[in-house]
Amino acid sequence: MFFTTILLAVREIRRHLLRSFLTTLGIVIGVAAVVTMVTLGNGATEAVAQQISSLGANILQIRPGQGFGRGGGGPQPPDFEMADVEAIAEQIPGVRAVAPQAQSSGLAVYNAANWQTTINGTTSQFFTAQQWALSEGRIWNDAEEQAGKAVCVIGHTVQQNLFRDVDPIGKRFRLRDLSCEVIGTLAARGQGGFQDQDDVVLMPIKAVQRRFTGNRDIRFIMVAVDDAYDTTSVQSSIQSLLRERRRITRGQDDNFNIFDTRQIADTLQGTTRILTMVMGAVAAVSLIVGGIGIMNIMLVSVTERTREIGIRLAIGAVASEVLMQFLVEAVVLACLGGLIGLVLALIATVIVAPLIQVPFLFDPQINLVAFSVSALIGIVFGYFPARRAAALNPIDALRHE
Amino acid sequence: MAERRARPMANEPIISLRGVTKTYGSGATAFQALKGIDLDVAAGDFMAVMGPSGSGKSTAMNILGCLDVPTDGSFRFKGLPVESLDRDQRALLRRRYLGFVFQGFNLLARTDALENVELPLLYRGEDRAKRREAGMAALEKVGLRDWWDHTPAELSGGQQQRVAIARAIVTNPDVLLADEPTGNLDSRTSVEIMELLTGLNRDVGITVLMVTHEPDMAKYARTIVHFRDGLVERVDRNGTAA
Repeated sequence: MFFTTILLAVREIRRHLLRSFLTTLGIVIGVAAVVTMVTLGNGATEAVAQQISSLGANILQIRPGQGFGRGGGGPQPPDFEMADVEAIAEQIPGVRAVAPQAQSSGLAVYNAANWQTTINGTTSQFFTAQQWALSEGRIWNDAEEQAGKAVCVIGHTVQQNLFRDVDPIGKRFRLRDLSCEVIGTLAARGQGGFQDQDDVVLMPIKAVQRRFTGNRDIRFIMVAVDDAYDTTSVQSSIQSLLRERRRITRGQDDNFNIFDTRQIADTLQGTTRILTMVMGAVAAVSLIVGGIGIMNIMLVSVTERTREIGIRLAIGAVASEVLMQFLVEAVVLACLGGLIGLVLALIATVIVAPLIQVPFLFDPQINLVAFSVSALIGIVFGYFPARRAAALNPIDALRHE
Repeated sequence: MAERRARPMANEPIISLRGVTKTYGSGATAFQALKGIDLDVAAGDFMAVMGPSGSGKSTAMNILGCLDVPTDGSFRFKGLPVESLDRDQRALLRRRYLGFVFQGFNLLARTDALENVELPLLYRGEDRAKRREAGMAALEKVGLRDWWDHTPAELSGGQQQRVAIARAIVTNPDVLLADEPTGNLDSRTSVEIMELLTGLNRDVGITVLMVTHEPDMAKYARTIVHFRDGLVERVDRNGTAA
C-alpha cells in the first residue's frame, strides 16, 4: 500500500509537471543555497589553512610595535638590529633558522616591461626558514651576502610579468635606480594571508639597506622553530631576550610583537568557519520559505482537487489513506526538490570554487543533512494540507464545483 | 462475474430502512429532510428513486450510499447496522460492497480510462497485474476496451459515463448507486447507458439504485419509489407506473 501511495504521488507530480516544479522551486533554491554556501565556506576555511601553512610551519614573526591598534601615541618603537638577529640565533635553543627582513618597494623594469613589486632584503636563512625551494638558479652565497651585492631571487609573479617567456637567469633588470642581476627564481606559492607571496624580489639584506631603505634597521625577524621544540616556550625565551636587549624594565609593556603563524591560522580558520555557519544559516531561511511555498501550493491543490478527494472517499478510501496520499505527495515533491538542489549546488560549487580561488571540497555530510531537512520540511508543511484533505466530507466534496 | 454468486432470494432485502429521519442544523433553523422512511431493497432489484427537488431523495441516496448517517432510525445493509458505524468503517463498507455512478461522471482529469477504472482496486491493495486485468475486463463490459488509454477529455459524455460505470463495477459490488446517471447526456446516449445498467442488473445480478427525475429512464427500473416532502409517497412495481 505504501508503494502504491508513492506511485500515486509520482503520477500526480508527472501530471502537473510545471506546477510541481514551481511548488518545489523554493526547496530547490534553499537546498542549493545551503549546500553551496557551506561547501564554498569549507573550501575557504581549507584555503586559509593552506595559505597559512604555506607561510611556513612553526614560524614566529617578530615585529616592532605594541600590538594591534595601539600604533598611535608615544614614540615609534625602534626597529631591530642585526645584533638582535645574531643573539636570537646564538642564545635561543630550538631555533632552526632566523631571517631578518628589511622591506621596501619599487618599480622593476626589464626592456619594455615594468612591474611594481615588494623588495625584501634578507639572508640566505630566509629560504631555510620558509622551506621555500627555487624553481631555477641559485641563492646568493655568503660572500655576496656580506658584500651586499646587487643580485636577486625573484618570485613567480615578478618573473611572469617582467620576463614573460624569457629565461630570467643571468639577466639584469633595473630595480628603482639599481641594476640587479637575477640569479634564481622561486617556486610558485600562491596567495598567502592577504597578499600575493610570489610578488616579491629577494635580495641580500645589506643591498636593500644600503640602496633602498638607507639605514641598517631590520623591519622584522622571522624565526623558524625546530619541530622538536615547543613553539610557545621558544616564543617566551625570545620575548625575554628581546626585552633585555631593548632595555624594557619590569612592568613595562613589550614594544614588539611575536606572532605565531599557527595562532593566526587558528584565528582565521575560526573566523571563516563562523562566516560559513552564518551564510549557511541565512541560506537555511530560504529553505524554510521553500517549505511554506510547498504548503501554500498543497493547500491550493487540496481545494482544487476537492472533487477528486470526494471521488476517492466515495470509492472507499479511508481518511488516513487520503492523508497519506497528500503527505507522501508533499514529501516526494520536497525530496525531488532537494535532489535537484543538491545537483545544482554541485554544479554551482564546481564552477564557482575556482573563480573565487578556493578548493572544491565535496562534503557528504552537508548534502545528507540538506536532503534530510528537505524531506522533513515536506512532512511538516505537507501535514496541514493533507489533514485538511482527509477531513473533507465526501458529500460536500463531490458537490464541490 | 455472473457465476460469482447465486442470485439471492428476492424476499431477503439487502437494504432495509426503518423510521429513518435526517435533520440538518439544530434548534430554530433545523430542517428535517427525511421524516421517517421505511424502505426495503431486495437483492438483485433495479430501483428508481423519483421525486421533485427537495423531496429528500438525494438525502436518502446519501444514506443508502453510506456517505451519510441517519439522524434517527435504523439502516441495515446486508444485516449490518450502518447507523452505528464510524466514518472509516463506512468507507470500508463502500469499498467492499458499493459502486457509485454520478451525474457529472466524476472521472479523474488527465488520467486515462484504465487508470480511472483501476482506482478502486488500488484501495483494495490489488497488485498491478490484477488491477490491469480486472480494469480491462470492466472496460470490456462497457464496450470501451479499445479506449483504455484515452483521458476523459478525449471521450464523449456517453463514453465518460461508461468509464464511470466500469469503475463502479470493477470491484464486483453488490449494489450500484447511480445519481442521475443520464442527467448530462442526450436522449440517445441515455438509452445506451440505461441498457447497459439494465444488462448489468440482469446478467450479473447487481442491485441498482438510481435517482432520476426523468420518467423515461425510470421505466427501465423494476421498482420505482416516489419521494415527496421527506416521505415515501408510493412504490410502484414491475413497471405498473409506466
